[in-house]
Amino acid sequence: MIEVTSGWYMTLAAALFAIGLLGILVRRNALIMFMCVELMLNAVNLTFVAAGRALGSIEGQVSVFFVLVVAAAEVVVGLAIIVAIFRRRESASVDELSELRG
Amino acid sequence: MIELAIFVVVGAAAIGGALAVIFAKNPVYAALGLLGTLFSLGVFYVVNLAHLVAAVQVIVYAGAVLTLFLFVIMMIGVDKDEDTTETLRFHRPLIAGLAGITLLVGGVLAFGGRFDWVPTAGGPEDPPNGTVEELAGRLFTDWVLAFEVTALLLTIAAAGAISLAYFRRDGSEPVE
Repeated sequence: MIEVTSGWYMTLAAALFAIGLLGILVRRNALIMFMCVELMLNAVNLTFVAAGRALGSIEGQVSVFFVLVVAAAEVVVGLAIIVAIFRRRESASVDELSELRG
Repeated sequence: MIELAIFVVVGAAAIGGALAVIFAKNPVYAALGLLGTLFSLGVFYVVNLAHLVAAVQVIVYAGAVLTLFLFVIMMIGVDKDEDTTETLRFHRPLIAGLAGITLLVGGVLAFGGRFDWVPTAGGPEDPPNGTVEELAGRLFTDWVLAFEVTALLLTIAAAGAISLAYFRRDGSEPVE
């Protein structure tokens, strides 16, 4: 019988984080890149929970709460920026945003 | 035994959803893949005794954030013909090299059994039970200052989003 230790969850979280990073690197659609950021944040949350269980501390789950709040704020502001850019450019591709003016 | 079965099945769903996010041509399918991954992580939180976090995960992430994503996708339209030609030189070879090195290191760590940096074997006898009482007891005593600051952060984020997306560039309100 194999016991599922916290190392398993951390390995899975690392895989999810790597997939999210790969998506950031290869995709051009700003929305998809945003989803990949969410993926990476969630992978870190899984690490927090698994580590908190292994160390016998509730602090891991408290940290997940703060990560959730920051992620929610980030999504709100980021999607507003995407909408504002789309109004002017009619495109959500980050390659067309190579200059720092509106 | 049950935990192993859950880990394999739900873990495969999580990885599959994550791959769908980065490989789907249609952003709506990418959002649905992300939804699958978020639900799978919710299951893992329950397995790890983080009950309140699991509930919040489903309500906030799978509910609110994903809905927001789908709203924006519908608003700016689904563009399927994404241009994936690289504007940076050596972008693809660099990514491939990075992925290779990461896989090598990860493989050596995983199959060499060197999990010394991870606490092993189930941990202490009484893992923290993430009920509302436990979590709130800690959140509203030791972390109360951080908790109040997050309220400020959310207010600023909401105000910023409104000022970014609602007003036009010349400061006038949009006419209906």
